[in-house]
Amino acid sequence: MFTYAEEVNCLSEKDSIAIKLNNINYGTKNVEILKGITGNIYKGKITTLVGPSGSGKSTLFSLLNGMRSPQTGTIIINGKNINEFDPLQLRREVGIVLQKAVMINGDVFKNLSLPLSLQGKTLAKDKAIEYLKLIGLNESFLHRQAADLSGGQQQRISIARSLINEPPILLLDEITSSLDQASQHEIEQLISNVNKEFATTIIWITHNLQQAVTIGHDTWVMVDGKLVESGSSNLLENPKSDEVKQFLKGGDK
Amino acid sequence: MSYLNLSLTLIFVLIPFFLSKHFKLGLEKDTVIAAVRSIIQLLAVGYILQFVFESESYIFIILMVLLMIGAAVQNARKKGVSIRGITWKLIVTYSFIEILTQSILIGLKIIPPTAQYIIPISGMLIGNSMVLSILFLNRFTSEVENRRDETELILTLGGTTKQSIHHSLMAAIRASTIPTIESQKTIGLVQLPGMMSGQIIAGADPVQAVMFQLLIIFLLLTTAVITSIMLGFLSYPSLFNERMQLIKSNKIKR
Ligand SMILES: Nc1ncnc2c1ncn2[C@@H]1O[C@H](COP(=O)(O)OP(=O)(O)OP(=O)(O)O)[C@@H](O)[C@H]1O
Ligand SMILES: [Mg+2]
Repeated sequence: MFTYAEEVNCLSEKDSIAIKLNNINYGTKNVEILKGITGNIYKGKITTLVGPSGSGKSTLFSLLNGMRSPQTGTIIINGKNINEFDPLQLRREVGIVLQKAVMINGDVFKNLSLPLSLQGKTLAKDKAIEYLKLIGLNESFLHRQAADLSGGQQQRISIARSLINEPPILLLDEITSSLDQASQHEIEQLISNVNKEFATTIIWITHNLQQAVTIGHDTWVMVDGKLVESGSSNLLENPKSDEVKQFLKGGDK
Repeated sequence: MSYLNLSLTLIFVLIPFFLSKHFKLGLEKDTVIAAVRSIIQLLAVGYILQFVFESESYIFIILMVLLMIGAAVQNARKKGVSIRGITWKLIVTYSFIEILTQSILIGLKIIPPTAQYIIPISGMLIGNSMVLSILFLNRFTSEVENRRDETELILTLGGTTKQSIHHSLMAAIRASTIPTIESQKTIGLVQLPGMMSGQIIAGADPVQAVMFQLLIIFLLLTTAVITSIMLGFLSYPSLFNERMQLIKSNKIKR
């Protein structure tokens, strides 16, 4: 039983924020890539991240996963400043499926085991098969060389691999780009299930606006390094700002 | 060999000189510079060695070895300037090799503790170590570049920096030591090693010369492996910052 105070606390806005960004700026020597990003990602929600190519979506992910640090601004993850995390712990808690499905040398099992083998643990074979089934591949794939698989198959394996650490926050970078319609739908179902079953907070970069509306609770629209609109995902159906209108009209360009 | 004989050997400098001129290869200037430099440098070394041998003082031996290490570091650091602290990393590597090999050689009485042995052997080992470190740094740079995706993947999955760079490191260590190992497999079949030839010409017993050559070969194996391993483990941390992020701008330069 909760006391009244605890119950109210659970509902308070602060507790429901998984990631809080405050005025994030990031750039390289020559270019500013992210410009003053401020916003909240809510716990247990699927937030889709859309925007033109080169608008800085993948770069934002690399900051959230601790692969890079912003020049200015703060990132708070589950109430804790990102700089206070041990980098290894952070990367296990904020999982990422990279835009490019990179396979390490060896078979599928070795690839699936990677997150655990890096910690000196082993992945049980049953568990590996379970994960394979989850992403729509059967047991026979377990000992096939990862390098020989198709782009779509590699993409699925890279999704499963990121689930192995059971991260409370999961970043997905265009994970269905090399899949056909039917497989795309399967993966959407899978992610939806992960989100419901484990209350995983998910941010999903997609170029597929249809997908963004159907699977996302919330949406962020980024244009040219700025977060131009954010909110419930039906904002994509009637956008306010001109930048977003233009982006939606022009599709990907 | 007398100085008269030595001057006659200049014929072998004149041949390439005139050939280059005739065929307009444009190598005349470099040929002359190379010849003059080798005459001055080698004669200087010869006289210095003579002096050191006669003085029979350990101070001079140590000084000579330090000089060799200094020259080797100077040469090799140009290849890895953007690795933080490459200078001391090279100094540590070369000094470690020198101390390790000499203490085994002298400690086990394989060679007598005199300048005549210590200096030429040190020279060969430090020189070899220098060539290997350049080879290694080059190779490591390209391996890290080629395997950047894998490195990033491992980091994103919560692997340590060492885990993320492990394959690049091992590939570079292997690749840079393979030539040493391979060349030793055919040694003596294709050509006689320079040191052995020199000893035989100077009148040494061929079997003695072979035994010394074997000693050197085995020493070179050790130096090759230790150089690349030590340098590898000393230099990989400078690819990352304290947040375990790959530093992109601070690549190892070729
Ligand atoms: N390491 C880097 N050095 C320099 N510029 C970079 C670097 N990484 C990304 N950029 C630049 O930053 C901008 C944003 O890149 P990013 O990959 O984040 O875009 P994106 O929104 O993910 O695009 P896409 O939809 O095509 O994947 C681009 O202009 C890109 O050229
Ligand atoms: Mg991207």
